[in-house]
Amino acid sequence: MEALPAHMRPERSFQGLILTLQRYWADYGCVILQPYDMEVGAGTFHPATTLRALGPKRWNAAYVQPSRRPKDGRYGENPNRLQHYYQFQVILKPSPPDIQDLYLKSLAAIGVDAAVHDIRFVEDDWESPTLGAWGLGWECWCDGMEVSQFTYFQQVAGVECAPVAGELTYGLERLAMYVQGVDRVYDLNFNGRDGAEKVTYGDVFLQAEQEYSRHNFEHSDTAMLFEQFKMAEDACRKYLAAGWQENSKAGSNRKEHLMALPAYDQCIKASHAFNLLDARGVISVTERQSYILRVRELAKACGEAWVHTEAGRAV
Amino acid sequence: MPDLLLELFSEEIPARMQAKAADDLRRMVTDKLVAEGLVYDGAKAFATPRRLALTVHGIPARQPDLKEERRGPRVGGPEPAIQGFLKATGLASISEAKIQSDKKGDFYIALMEKPGRPAIDVLADILPVIIRTFPWPKSMRWGERSAKPGALSWVRPLHAITATFGLETEEPDVVKFSIDDIETGQTTFGHRFMAPAAIPVRRFEDYDAKLLAAKVVLDPDRRKDAILTDAKQLAFAQGFELVEDQNLLDEVAGLVEWPVVLMGSFDADFLSIPGEVIRATIRNNQKCFVVRDPKTGKLASKFILTANIEATDGGKAIVAGNERVIRARLSDAKFFYETDLKTKLEDRLPKFDQIVFHEKLGTQGERIKRIERLAAEIAPLVGADVEKAKRAARLAKADLLTEVVGEFPEVQGLMGKYYALAQGEDAAVAAACEEHYKPQGPADRVPTDPVSVAVALADKIDMLVGFWAIDEKPTGSKDPFALRRAALGVIRILLDNNLKIDLIAELASAAVYIRAQRIAQEIANLGGVAHVSFSRDSFVMGGFQVLSNDLSQALNAAHDADENRRKLRDLSLGILVGQLLEQEDPEGRPYYVSSIENSIGIKPYSFLPDLLAFFADRLKVQLRDQGARHDLVDAVFALGGQDDLLMVVRRVEALGKFLDSDDGKNLLAGTKRASNILSIEEKKDKRSFDGAPNAALYKLDEEKALAKAIEQVKGEAGAAVAREDFAAAMRAMAKLRPAVDAFFDKVKVNDDDAKVRENRLKLLNEIRAATRAVADFSKIQD
Repeated sequence: MEALPAHMRPERSFQGLILTLQRYWADYGCVILQPYDMEVGAGTFHPATTLRALGPKRWNAAYVQPSRRPKDGRYGENPNRLQHYYQFQVILKPSPPDIQDLYLKSLAAIGVDAAVHDIRFVEDDWESPTLGAWGLGWECWCDGMEVSQFTYFQQVAGVECAPVAGELTYGLERLAMYVQGVDRVYDLNFNGRDGAEKVTYGDVFLQAEQEYSRHNFEHSDTAMLFEQFKMAEDACRKYLAAGWQENSKAGSNRKEHLMALPAYDQCIKASHAFNLLDARGVISVTERQSYILRVRELAKACGEAWVHTEAGRAV
Repeated sequence: MPDLLLELFSEEIPARMQAKAADDLRRMVTDKLVAEGLVYDGAKAFATPRRLALTVHGIPARQPDLKEERRGPRVGGPEPAIQGFLKATGLASISEAKIQSDKKGDFYIALMEKPGRPAIDVLADILPVIIRTFPWPKSMRWGERSAKPGALSWVRPLHAITATFGLETEEPDVVKFSIDDIETGQTTFGHRFMAPAAIPVRRFEDYDAKLLAAKVVLDPDRRKDAILTDAKQLAFAQGFELVEDQNLLDEVAGLVEWPVVLMGSFDADFLSIPGEVIRATIRNNQKCFVVRDPKTGKLASKFILTANIEATDGGKAIVAGNERVIRARLSDAKFFYETDLKTKLEDRLPKFDQIVFHEKLGTQGERIKRIERLAAEIAPLVGADVEKAKRAARLAKADLLTEVVGEFPEVQGLMGKYYALAQGEDAAVAAACEEHYKPQGPADRVPTDPVSVAVALADKIDMLVGFWAIDEKPTGSKDPFALRRAALGVIRILLDNNLKIDLIAELASAAVYIRAQRIAQEIANLGGVAHVSFSRDSFVMGGFQVLSNDLSQALNAAHDADENRRKLRDLSLGILVGQLLEQEDPEGRPYYVSSIENSIGIKPYSFLPDLLAFFADRLKVQLRDQGARHDLVDAVFALGGQDDLLMVVRRVEALGKFLDSDDGKNLLAGTKRASNILSIEEKKDKRSFDGAPNAALYKLDEEKALAKAIEQVKGEAGAAVAREDFAAAMRAMAKLRPAVDAFFDKVKVNDDDAKVRENRLKLLNEIRAATRAVADFSKIQD
């Protein structure tokens, strides 16, 4: 590979880091997707992971996903907590035998030299109660800092993964802070330029963090959000019900589903409305559990629908 | 004899699972070998993050041959039976069978020889089964194969299996088998980063040595030793002392194959945070050790990390990276700590009213009120200031709502003490915030300060009584609320502090109060206002009072159609009459009292004997653990009514000393002899020989002497027991010995005169009765 210009190097440019990861996984053969155009809490919610992890078909994809965690807002005052941040997500189905090496090489590509840095795989089992999903894997540590999550999905949306997909999630801001040697996220060099041309992470996102923190904790319209949750839940069920069809092929009485994706969008909406309500503290401890359960039921129903679609079912 | 080498090479195994996995592997393989008739010389298993390894040496090359006789049909039996026999035994014709005769006739016998198989073949059969059924706490599927049914489950993806078998002097053979796509071989791999290349291995000795050359220390104990030695050395070189931590050491040794110990620093400003919080932060989040100044015992602004590589820059980048993370973590901890200091502990209390402790036992707020009341009641009995005990009980749980404890639950109590001191609480009150949780386990310290003792007892008694009242007792291995530990804690606090407390009275007091409190809460939930007023006197009278501000209103509203008001009135009435029984009101409608009682789910104090028996069991366990003879413990408990734990222990101690003396031994022998004769004669006559003997029927001097001795000893021992002077009671008991010995020497119990015989048996019974002043001697073993 030809030498990168300074402003594109991952150790001095946030966007350079993202582009390097995209390029690395594109070289491997991944589909490089763009972020999903909805508010999600993590890259796992992208249908390219949640739904595509199900079913027997091969699927290798990578993408950046802006992730919203309304509760984690700190009005821009905490050096590393954000209510909106970027995850870089890689999903490889089936998980290739050399997936750990692939991951380590991706770290090398962004300038983490395994001869100098202490890279460790530390037990961390992953579970998403809202998605009805779990897997086993690790937190990946670099010199004592967690830089990625590494999971072998065993179950997603209540459906057993067959085959199992490997999921890699890079916390991009953290990783960038590490390679740039910066202690405060807002000090990250975003575009890799110097002097007047330099744009920092703070230039791009500090105001947003302040505004959304106000919104998430003080002003979000809870009546509307309760209503939105309900509407999304109803719509999800409606679309799911409407999507079931008898298989048109002669002699087959297997059912198929024709609207799993639009239904799943509504599940995502419900989940985000719940996260916003949770941040406002208007959901009690006992109610909280029941909301999580309601989202999980939607996710499970969507997963069930997905494995009866063209992309989700066995050939 | 040949040796086995087995290595299961995988992706990173969780540190906490490694030791047990190595042990399971050794146990499963060796058990199976023995079951197959292959008795081995020795076995050892090892684990690193990436491998489980096992060496078994001295396995016989072949199984022994097995000979078996099988009995067949009768000679001349039906043809199908004979054919079936030939088929089952593999004989070519019936002439190969032997004929054996017994009283039922002649039978065919087949002598079957099952030749032993080569051990390597046996291994090829048993190893795959062990791997497929390995008991990982959690296991997973992976890769292409995971789509197929029956795919291997392992803790993390398994990549290679090395399995060799052979003599030391020869090239070993591979134990051939495959699991899914993995074929056994003799290739392993070195350190992930420093020596990743494939390594051919033959047997354990060269495997171990080659791994070491490839930067893998196979033996976890060697890794631990290396880490500990280096960490101590590194600390010492800088004038510090390592804060040792066995659990952390075990975990860290499971995270590296090639431990490299390095030291880093953090800003000394962070030392304003309590040392335990710094340690918890660095330990839990970063898995690093802390060091202290040996002169002051205070933490130094240094930490010790264990890397997995020898970095080419000597570890500079690794130390710098860890320092940065620790700085961020300590900033968080400092922020939490300083935030916590801004709120007084008592200002946190209202929040406890919103936090459910247990569905049936109410909120944390209610529980704290109970502990406070009980602590105040216990305080004078243990020499504590009542006001201080109440204050401590009120504040003791408040730190659960602080940020630091939220982040690091293990510093609960300790933070309470720091925050209490910071807000100027009395030293005894602050200490109790920490000490009331003690003792946490058998090795933990027992609180001694009276305020701590009062709160610790109240806390534990409330737990025990509460869970007994709702019938959530520990069963078998299930003890989710750690009630055994709580009971043992009460016992140790009482014994170690030499406290004479009427335990049953405190348990009863807690039992009555918790029920009254829950009923009052139910009244409040129904819209009434209730205050629980409680005094020992009213409890002793057998009741308690709930004074309801609007009780009269409730009574007046007898015709109110509102269900809640009706329930309320009924409940209030029920309490007033002191009986929560189902009965009819003046208009013939049933009270709702019992249904409300059921909804509260708190039993009245009828469970107390059971709870007391639980204490007795814990005490037995405790005494046995301390080396007391369990039969002596049983002998004392068999007396019944032993609810003063301190007295039980004193009795057991005195009894033990007495039985070590000649007098004790002989008296025991005499008493046992009396008991044996009695039980034989009781059985024979189908009656007991209770009741006083008749002095007029004594014929011999020895009888009279014994009767006199018993009379005297009874009086003396009884008086000594009443003074709780068990040593004196035992000394009095010793005086029985010559009379008992003389009696058995000279007197024939089973006299021909039935009346005399009966009288003598009654006298023997008196011996037994007299000794029961101190213990039931029949439970004591010789």
